[in-house]
Amino acid sequence: MSTRTVRMVKSMIKYVIIAGLCLIFLAPFIVMITTSLKTMDDAFTIPVKVFPRVLTLKNYPDAVQRIPYFRYMGNTAIITALTLVGQLIVTPMVAYSLSLIDWKGAKVISALLMATMMIPYTVTMIPLYQIWHTFGLTNTYAPLIVPAFFGNSFYIILMRQFFKSLPKSLMEAARIDGANEFQRYVLIALPLCKPALTTIGIYTFLAAWSDYLGPLIYITKKDMFTLSLGLQDFMSQYTIEWTMLMAAATIFVLPTVILFAIFQRNFVEGISTTGIKS
Amino acid sequence: MRTRLNNNRNGFLFALPWIIGFLVFSAYPLFSSLYYSFTQFNPVSPAKWVGLQNYRLMFQDPLFYKSLQNTFIYALVSTPLNLGIALCLAALINKKFRGRGVARTIFFLPSVIPMVASTMVWIWMFDPTYGLLNNTLSKFGIHGPAWLTDPHYTKAALLIIGAWCTGTTMLICIAALQDVPNSYYESAEIDGANAFVRFMKITLPCVAHVVVYQGILNLINAFQYFTQVNVILTASAGGANAVGSGGPENSILMYPLYLFYNAFTFMDMGRSCAMAWVLFILVGLLTILVLKINKRTLSNGMGGE
Repeated sequence: MSTRTVRMVKSMIKYVIIAGLCLIFLAPFIVMITTSLKTMDDAFTIPVKVFPRVLTLKNYPDAVQRIPYFRYMGNTAIITALTLVGQLIVTPMVAYSLSLIDWKGAKVISALLMATMMIPYTVTMIPLYQIWHTFGLTNTYAPLIVPAFFGNSFYIILMRQFFKSLPKSLMEAARIDGANEFQRYVLIALPLCKPALTTIGIYTFLAAWSDYLGPLIYITKKDMFTLSLGLQDFMSQYTIEWTMLMAAATIFVLPTVILFAIFQRNFVEGISTTGIKS
Repeated sequence: MRTRLNNNRNGFLFALPWIIGFLVFSAYPLFSSLYYSFTQFNPVSPAKWVGLQNYRLMFQDPLFYKSLQNTFIYALVSTPLNLGIALCLAALINKKFRGRGVARTIFFLPSVIPMVASTMVWIWMFDPTYGLLNNTLSKFGIHGPAWLTDPHYTKAALLIIGAWCTGTTMLICIAALQDVPNSYYESAEIDGANAFVRFMKITLPCVAHVVVYQGILNLINAFQYFTQVNVILTASAGGANAVGSGGPENSILMYPLYLFYNAFTFMDMGRSCAMAWVLFILVGLLTILVLKINKRTLSNGMGGE
């Protein structure tokens, strides 16, 4: 065999392996969607077929009526939106202070940022609960939203890296033109950090939309549930309504997939830079 | 002089939200949880100092050891498994080819979607009779186990879900692989080194620091493993929350889960603070250990070349 055919065979094998792996990784998505299009009888007929024998869309309207789906979705959306507002205001502010202002505290705070990321959530979980409980704020969204207005170490580090990569001359020029710190921040730094801000916005959205532990700890009133808690409503002691549950899960997953599809580049770059640099 | 003072004031003001947040949401809880671990308390009764009692009771509690054992097993198996898979996937799609972007998206997608949703899909796939997994296995003549009810297989089920979610690590591995200079491979090829040798002698040493760092993160995450087990146990309890169950023969009673039960089901928050500090110290020690070993092997590797 010539080297060329050997190469061809090799790349064919590689393609087959990659295609197989893709199928395995996609399998849960396929199962989620196809199950949501099955009747309950179909899903529980042996032999099990991946694709529905009878296609039905009924699970979707049924699912959103069976549980207060839109209420849960609204709750989730409110928490997500307000968390976004908090992170997007505070992250660039703090990052600006640590990277573009030359002051005494910057070094100390940068070290503390790394340190806080090492603390397991289990250590602070109970005192935090105690704080919110003392103020009578359990079963409100305050414990889920308010912390976002005080910044998140990971996002701040990401944003600080971004600010550090900006050319120093821009800030110098503005300073010579007589712009004060606040003006330099609002007029120069903020407009420039849009790409990094987008990345942080996506991370924040996904984290808030998917959050499970937070609502699990703080929200016990049913009409205040988020989607990640509300999906449990399809489960009862005797049965799980799988077809409706999968329909509900599909709607729950959809925004994250769409967001990922649109902003894939930000995602990949954000993760790659933090992973290597740190 | 004036600008210095101005800078200090401005820097402080811009960082103020984080400073307040750090004091209220990190520093205070950190130290108060240490204090609480020496007390008996729950939301309705104030903390009462009990000295070392929480720790003493904890070390006599068989479920404490069981949960620690489960967590250690999961962490020590899942970390190399996930790293290996992430590295293999990364190596597979490192070079440019048609469809590379699609493959990368597919491998990463599981890490994007809400974990509660994906865990529920997996519960359905693990269904011994109607699930996709056992039905696929049966086509190869394998009789699949009752993944989530047979205590021998519950941890394997968790490992499968975990391996499916290695997208983030994979992305970082790809970025690390891209940083390996191409000239290394070219000269190795001239020397007649085959693909395996090239991978072991060039690729691995070049990305070792990234892999180790990811390994530590994986380990830390494994010690905080909560969402998936809680969703699985909630599903098997018919949607009832925090029932204090650890799965079949407590085989998936993970440490953070047991800690959570102690706090919010048994309302023994002092005890769960003690558990949290034991976990904190263990994770800290493990991290230091991994870093130490890594430093030695890395410098040995350099010396050997």
